[in-house]
Amino acid sequence: MSQPRPFLQIDDLKTHFRVEKGFLFKRHAGTVKAVDGVSLELRQGEILGLVGESGCGKSTLGRTVLQLIHPTAGRVILDGRRLTDLRGRVLRESRCAYQMIFQDPYASLNPRMTVFGALAEAMRAHRKIPASELPARVAALLQKVGLPPGAQGKYPHEFSGGQRQRVAIARALAVEPQLLVADEPVSALDVSIQAQIINLLAGLSREMGLTLLFISHDLSVVKHISERIAVMYLGRIVEIGPAARVFEHPLHPYTRALISAIPIPDPRRESARARVLLPGDPPSPLNPPGGCPFHPRCVYAEPRCAQMVPVLEEFGEPAHQASCIRLKEIN
Amino acid sequence: MPLLTVNNLSTAFHTRNGVVRAVNGVSFDVERGETLGIVGESGSGKSVTCHSLMGLLPTPPARVESGSAMFDSVNLLSCGRRQIEEIRGRRISMIFQDPMTSLNPYLSIGEQLMEPLFIHEKIDRASAGKRALAMLGEVGISDPDQRLKMYPHQFSGGMRQRVMIAMALITRPDLLIADEPTTALDVTVQAQILDLIRKMQGELGMAVILVSHDLGIVCSVCDRVMVMYGGQLMESATTAEIFHQPKHPYTRALQRSIPALQPKGGELHTIPGAPPDLHHLPPGCPFAPRCGQAVDYCAREPVGLRETAANHSTACLRVQRENIAV
Repeated sequence: MSQPRPFLQIDDLKTHFRVEKGFLFKRHAGTVKAVDGVSLELRQGEILGLVGESGCGKSTLGRTVLQLIHPTAGRVILDGRRLTDLRGRVLRESRCAYQMIFQDPYASLNPRMTVFGALAEAMRAHRKIPASELPARVAALLQKVGLPPGAQGKYPHEFSGGQRQRVAIARALAVEPQLLVADEPVSALDVSIQAQIINLLAGLSREMGLTLLFISHDLSVVKHISERIAVMYLGRIVEIGPAARVFEHPLHPYTRALISAIPIPDPRRESARARVLLPGDPPSPLNPPGGCPFHPRCVYAEPRCAQMVPVLEEFGEPAHQASCIRLKEIN
Repeated sequence: MPLLTVNNLSTAFHTRNGVVRAVNGVSFDVERGETLGIVGESGSGKSVTCHSLMGLLPTPPARVESGSAMFDSVNLLSCGRRQIEEIRGRRISMIFQDPMTSLNPYLSIGEQLMEPLFIHEKIDRASAGKRALAMLGEVGISDPDQRLKMYPHQFSGGMRQRVMIAMALITRPDLLIADEPTTALDVTVQAQILDLIRKMQGELGMAVILVSHDLGIVCSVCDRVMVMYGGQLMESATTAEIFHQPKHPYTRALQRSIPALQPKGGELHTIPGAPPDLHHLPPGCPFAPRCGQAVDYCAREPVGLRETAANHSTACLRVQRENIAV
C-alpha cells in the first residue's frame, strides 16, 4: 500500500496546563499534561475514532488540533499548512477549513438566534457571500442535514436534542470545511436519536469527502463509524489500529478492559464472555504515575513498567500499534 | 405475595404551560429478591415512576393522579408522612444518578453513613460507627477507617457512588431503587459499580429496581425488564425474552438502533421522528406516530399491557389482536 501524504498530520503534540494555587500570591502547584506527545495521521476523507475515559485528554487534543487551545509543543499540519504557526487574521481565515461540533447542542447554539441567523452568521463571518444568496445557501444546508426548510425561522429551544445537533452540524458545514472534529456529538442524545446522527455524519463524510475526528467515550459508537480507532489514556495514545481489528484483537491491556466493560445488550453473549474488571479509578492527571501511566491498574504490570515509558509498536498486523513493554509476552 | 405491587399509577405535572402527563397507568409487581429493570429514553417516565413511589416529587407541580403502590400492606401513595418516613430509607432505599450532588458536601462520609442508622434505629454512636466502617469495607473502599473522616470532595466519582450504595444499604432494605446509578461514570468504573450492586444483592437478598436508558446495563444485571415509552409500559418480560423475542415494535426498533448490536459499516437502523410531546399525548398508543407497523386503530384506541405469552406482556394492539410478531 503506497502512503499518500497525510491530510492531517499531528506531530508530537503536547498541551500542558499550569495549575496555580493561592489567591493573591499564586504559586505553581503542578502541571497537568492533558496531551503529552500525541502523533496521528489522517488521510483525506478518513474517519478516526478517538476514545478514552473522562480526563484522558481526548477533548483537549481535539481542541488543540483546531487551534482553540495553543499547544505547548508539537505541530499540526492540515493539507500542508502548519496550523500551529498561524496567528491573528491568517489563523482566523484558516478556520474555514476546520470546524468543530460540540457535545451539548443546548449550550453551543445561541438561544437568541434563529437557525437562519446562526447559519448565516457563520457564512458571513468567513466568506463574502452576497446577502441575496444566503437564503438559498441556508436552505440547501438544512436539507443536507435532514431538517425541514421551515426550521430556518425557529429558535434552538423549539427543537429536540437530535434536531439541535443537526443544526450544530449544519453550522459547522456552513463554511465548507474539510476537517471536522466532533467532540462527543451523540453522548447527550437518546439511543434512537444517536443512530440518526451517526448515520448523518457518516453519510456527510462519504459524500463530501470530509475528514472526521470523532471523539467519544463510547467504544461501540466509535467502532461503528470509524475506519481506525485510537485509544487514549492519560494524555497518550496507547493503541491505534483498524476499528474491527482493535475490537477483535485488542493489544493493550487497557483497551481489553475498556472493551470488556461495555455492557452488551444480549444476555447470552453477556454471560458467555470473560470480563476484565479494572481495579481503581483513572489516576489524576495532575499527579500521573511514572513509567507506563496505566501500570497501577494493569493486571500484567511488572516492576519495570513503573520505570520505562513504553512507545507505540506495531504488532500482528500492519498499522495496528500499541504501547506496552510486554506487548509480545501478553499477546 | 409480591414485595411491591404498583397498580395503575399516573403522575402529572401541572405547569403554567399545561399538564404534562409523565406517567400514565403503570402497573407492575416486584418480587422479593428479584432485579427489575426499567428502560426507556429520556422523558419516558421511568424516573418519575420511581420518584412517585418514594414520594420524592415536588408537589405542586407534580401530582399523583391515580393508582396505588402496596408495599407490605401499606399504600405508599396515600399513607401519611410518618408512615412513609418509616419505610423510606429503611426498607426502601434509593440511589441517584449523580453522586456529586446527592452527598452533602459539609458532612464527613462517616456522618452521612451513620445518619440513616440514627434516624431509623435506636443505636448509640459507637455501634453506628462500627456498622458504618463495616459497610464501607463491604462496598470495596480501601482504608475505610481513614475514609470515614473524609469529605465527599476528596472522593472520585466511582468512590462517591460506592458511598451512596453503602448509605442506601446500611439499613439492610428490602428494596433498592437505583435510578441511572452509573450514567455519570466512566465505563470501567461503571462495570465495577454494577458488579458491586450484584454482589450486595447476593449478600443481602434485597430486590432491586434498576432504571437505565442503556439496554446493555439492564441486560447484564436484571432478571426481568420493563420497557417504557411516553409514560406507559410498552413491554414487560424476562430479560432473555425481551432480548431474544421482543414483541413490541418499539422494543424491536430500540434494540435494532443500538450500535453495539449492528454489523459494522452499514447504515444504522433508526427510529424516525422524535419522542412524543407529553403535553399532547395521542389518545391511542404513544408510539403509533413513529411505528412502522401502525394501522388506523393504533392512534385511536387506548392500549394497555396484556399478557401475550407466558410471563410476557405487550402493550401493542396489533400483537394482542392479531397475535403476529409485527
